[in-house]
Amino acid sequence: MQWEVVIGLEIHVQLATKSKIFSGASTAYGAEPNTQACAVDMGLPGVLPVFNGEALRKSVMFGLAIDAQINERSVFDRKNYFYPDSPKAYQISQLYYPVVGKGSIDIDLEDGSTKCIGVTRAHMEEDAGKSLHEDFHGQTGIDLNRAGTPLLEIVSEPDMRSAKEAVAYMRKIHSIVRYLGVSDGNMQEGSFRCDANVSLRPKGQEEFGTRTELKNINSFRFVEKAINVEIERQMDILESGGTITQETRLYDADRNETRSMRSKEEANDYRYFPDPDLLPIVISQEEIEQIRSTLPELPDAKCKRFVTQLGLSEKDARALTSDREMADYFEQVQQSIDDAKMAANWLLGEVSARLNKNALEIKDSPVNAEALTGLLRRIKDNTISGKIAKDVFEAMWEEGGDAHSIIESKGLKQITDTSAIEAIIDEVIAANPSQVEEFKSGKDKLIGFFVGQVMKASKGKANPGQVNQILQKKLKS
Amino acid sequence: MSTLDKSDVEKIAFLARLGIDEQDIPEYAANLSNILDMVEQLNSVDTDNVKPMAHPLDGVQRLRPDEVTETNDRENLMAHAPETEAGLFLVPRVVE
Repeated sequence: MQWEVVIGLEIHVQLATKSKIFSGASTAYGAEPNTQACAVDMGLPGVLPVFNGEALRKSVMFGLAIDAQINERSVFDRKNYFYPDSPKAYQISQLYYPVVGKGSIDIDLEDGSTKCIGVTRAHMEEDAGKSLHEDFHGQTGIDLNRAGTPLLEIVSEPDMRSAKEAVAYMRKIHSIVRYLGVSDGNMQEGSFRCDANVSLRPKGQEEFGTRTELKNINSFRFVEKAINVEIERQMDILESGGTITQETRLYDADRNETRSMRSKEEANDYRYFPDPDLLPIVISQEEIEQIRSTLPELPDAKCKRFVTQLGLSEKDARALTSDREMADYFEQVQQSIDDAKMAANWLLGEVSARLNKNALEIKDSPVNAEALTGLLRRIKDNTISGKIAKDVFEAMWEEGGDAHSIIESKGLKQITDTSAIEAIIDEVIAANPSQVEEFKSGKDKLIGFFVGQVMKASKGKANPGQVNQILQKKLKS
Repeated sequence: MSTLDKSDVEKIAFLARLGIDEQDIPEYAANLSNILDMVEQLNSVDTDNVKPMAHPLDGVQRLRPDEVTETNDRENLMAHAPETEAGLFLVPRVVE
């Protein structure tokens, strides 16, 4: 049978606020356990949440960026469940009235086409703490530093039809939140996490099949692998006449398989109700418009501009704009050297290759935009050839320093271009007719004079060996 | 008229992680059913034109500026914990 894959994603984005969503504790990553968890985060008796306005502002920014409906009034609800990393025994979330309503984004597919994916909603909520299961003599250690970190949960429509589309969607959301600066999107640190709902249905059938939820897949690569391995698992079951159990499954990257997460099957019953500790969140149309005015140019618009204004290919423009820092780096270089093609070639070639090889992000590149500009200028003014520039780039990457001093110290500055040297020699010969006569009449030693003149004229950049050779040829002709 | 039976009460108690005595279940079932009846009564009112109320106070949430105001008070805050190690709360092992 022909099966159609149906995928919807829930993406949890940590909002880049300094303090937590309901307390004044720091959200900085990597602190000693429980040193950034205050009485509110620990759910101690008598505490009250006070809402961080920046979490609202950042959520609204995201909503505006995906053309979503912004709800002027949203409400926090309690989601009740017991787990030790959630000390209040409920999570403050938004079920009935989320801050961001329906929106959509265009994803870029491999064949160059785009597809519109619906975003059902996005709501604010608090993150839970962390459970550490190792090394505690059969007990579990709880670190509540992360508890209360603001999250925006972005829920997609079940619009994706392959693992590749799911990854493209995730990448696009990642790109948008990073452009907006609403999240650092750091997946290693858990700032950007993804759950995937996956189901299959016979092609042509409208009704959805039973879905499973893949929890917490934290890299683009794993999302694709996890979904594909889950599709295969479901297909095997359905092909052999079985049925899918609706459940939560965990992806095991080492074994490349998914497995059921819950030992006991129990329907979740979170008993949501409006949190009486928090009043409705209200934002006016004027405030929304004010936030809209702060939106930066987004990846799609930037990509379009790079194509139409700078004449880049769609493919290059895409590659340069998916990451804001890459785009900013490119623009800085491009504006300085006024050569979009050269800047793009270097960024997508030499720079990207080095970054990939060293698993670095553009912001951590040892060669920054200013340094690269310095190098490309030397190519443009013919100080060095493109080939030598690659050597200079390597030296800049490995040892630091600017292009100028490297060209200088490594003696790369010389002119090796024969016609350039010939031109200088011709000038020197033309300017010194009497010495030429003397040389031709046998005063061989005068070659030294000519070499000196040429070197002087080329400001020492001409290759002396070549100068000598060409001079001999020209003077003796 | 909604009536909760024994298994409903047991499920609710499980969700709320409450230990209840077998002998009390009929009484809980009756009391909880009464509460549901009251809610049923509310359901009979036509609320089509009433804006949903999220909070009895007719107010709007005050927004806090995004500033870190709390400092590390771990020692104090964890003093009441029955067991700790390396700055972590220790709890019975929970692995899904």
